[in-house]
Amino acid sequence: MTPSLAGSARALLARDFRLLWRRRGDALQPALFALLVVVLFGLALGGEADALAGSASAVLWVAVLLAGLLGLDTLFRGDAEDGSLEQWMLAPVPLAWLVAVRTFSHWLATVVPLVIATPLLGELLHLPKAELPVLLASLALGTPLLSLLGAVVAALTVGMRRSGILVALLALPLYVPVLVFGAGSVAAHAQGLDPVGALLLLGAGLALALVLAPLAAAAAIRIALS
Amino acid sequence: MSPDDSRPTPLLEAHALGFSRNEEPVFGPLDFAVDSGEALLVQGGNGAGKTTLLRVLAGLLPADAGDVTIDGIRADRERRAHAIAYLGHLPGLKADLSVLENLHFLCGLHGRRRGQSPEAALGIVGLAGYEDALARQLSAGQKKRLSLARLWLSPAPLWLLDEPYANLDLEGIELVNRMVQAHLRGRGAALVTTHGAYAAPPVRTRLLQLESRR
Amino acid sequence: MNPLVLWFHKLGSPPWFDRFAARWAPWAFLAGALVMGVGLWGALFEVPADYQQGDSFRILYIHVPSAWMSMAVFGIMAIQAAIALVWRIKLCEVLAMACAPIGAAFTVITLLTGSIWGKPMWGTWWDWDPRLTTELILLFLYLGVMGLYNAIDDRRAAARAAGFLAIVGVVLLPVIRYSVVWWNSLHQGQTIRVFGESSMDPSMAWPLWWRVIGTKFWFVGSLLLRARADNLRREAGKAWVARLATGSERPHPAAGREPAR
Repeated sequence: MTPSLAGSARALLARDFRLLWRRRGDALQPALFALLVVVLFGLALGGEADALAGSASAVLWVAVLLAGLLGLDTLFRGDAEDGSLEQWMLAPVPLAWLVAVRTFSHWLATVVPLVIATPLLGELLHLPKAELPVLLASLALGTPLLSLLGAVVAALTVGMRRSGILVALLALPLYVPVLVFGAGSVAAHAQGLDPVGALLLLGAGLALALVLAPLAAAAAIRIALS
Repeated sequence: MSPDDSRPTPLLEAHALGFSRNEEPVFGPLDFAVDSGEALLVQGGNGAGKTTLLRVLAGLLPADAGDVTIDGIRADRERRAHAIAYLGHLPGLKADLSVLENLHFLCGLHGRRRGQSPEAALGIVGLAGYEDALARQLSAGQKKRLSLARLWLSPAPLWLLDEPYANLDLEGIELVNRMVQAHLRGRGAALVTTHGAYAAPPVRTRLLQLESRR
Repeated sequence: MNPLVLWFHKLGSPPWFDRFAARWAPWAFLAGALVMGVGLWGALFEVPADYQQGDSFRILYIHVPSAWMSMAVFGIMAIQAAIALVWRIKLCEVLAMACAPIGAAFTVITLLTGSIWGKPMWGTWWDWDPRLTTELILLFLYLGVMGLYNAIDDRRAAARAAGFLAIVGVVLLPVIRYSVVWWNSLHQGQTIRVFGESSMDPSMAWPLWWRVIGTKFWFVGSLLLRARADNLRREAGKAWVARLATGSERPHPAAGREPAR
């Protein structure tokens, strides 16, 4: 009985959700971090509606991006340390497929709670109501793209003990276009322009990344663990 | 060794296989072969490159020189994945999952040998009754037995066992030998690394001695 | 065998490359210094002042060649890295990694000169100009490659990982550039192109080409020197390096070991 793509995906998703359930508390950490960032910005900017409303969408985007960056550490580290990643490399299913499924379950677990919390966080920053739908759309398209790009960076640094700031440094240039089009779409909408162009670009990037990022990350894992 | 046309193609064959790290050779060039129903014992002291050799054969490390064939055909990633089951130093078990959950996942990943079930495999390795124990709660020896259960369930014909006797008591050592015997009887093959101090499987074995480079 | 192919094969041998680099690096530096010198003299003294910007535009003759080199070196680095990854040629690994600090230096020069040029124009040292912002991100990419190369102990694995990052970077660089340009147009409307390279009178252009060619020579010299150093460090345990260093056959017992950190 050799595993099919669907079968191995099912097994990996089942495993990841069981692990997530056993460590439910950890799953909320990115959302908590984003909340912290938002609170700090609110405090630093003085808490007045006018001062906050203008930068609210940008601050939220940065908070989600940073929280996702922190969460990137848990994408492959656990599996690398206990030898599971090795077994993935030896499996008859393509490593890129396993990486894609793993990135998906990681995104669901760490980022989706963030995006769900966004309206609440938006309230803290007096985000104009009209901007919320565009913000959510940009996050829905942008965060999986960030996860996929982040997977490549996480894969490159998977063997390392203390990667720390290095992961952030490596990910930053790759994240810039996503941030630009993501936060930019909301800014465009706020200026009265059509955000659809930017959102479509995010969508196109996501479509490309869905195919290319797992392949790149798989190659990077093999390089990093050799 | 005189060439014999009626001799079947070896399951695994290596030609001039070599690997180096930071410009220093770790092993090689090596030439050896393993037939179905045969075991190859890789012996050598610490640092002789036994683990590295197995990792190169498994495909985890790229060889610097030489090539590996499986059933006479050059071993690419797919052939290796279907033909090889690897038991390394790291157990590859999730601490927060139960014994059975770990096995179910690994079967989903590698496939399952026809006619075998995870529950039966647990019985064979002596972990019956531990199905719901979290892997975190197992001792080192029990984790090893769980890895052996995973190995038993794998459909791959060639086993690469890196220090399979580590962490096991006398009973465990006999278990490994019994498993290797049964596997070889079923036309499988096994490469086993050992320091040389432990008992070797009582089957037809070839010997590959690696010289320490340090 | 074709002499060109033979030459490439020879170049891949570490001792041969060492001799090649030792021989040609000084000439490359000399040629670079001379050609850049001619360009600089032309830029400072021969070329008339710009009718719009006066004399402050002269820094363009440093800024533009540096900017072009910062991009070109990244491309060269990525190509070397690709060759190293696909054909596993050690020399290309060394060359690719030697490119990174040089490219980063050109990027820093671009940023500094761009900032200095912009001050009289914008009134501030930094104006989030799309070209300069892209250069800044390019600097981060370079630093990332260098950081990754230094973070891994095994030199070959380090070069492969950092080289892979360079390839990912070069593929995404156009995307990054486009996104920054779009972002700039969104937030600042139509900016007056201070760094436009179009419409330059031919009488003012010639020092630029001298500078551009000069920087290329300088880059080659720098690359050969850095690659030679890295090559020697990697091969430190071999007999030919010992012969070079001490004149004896026996390699030093500590050769090849990474220094204690």
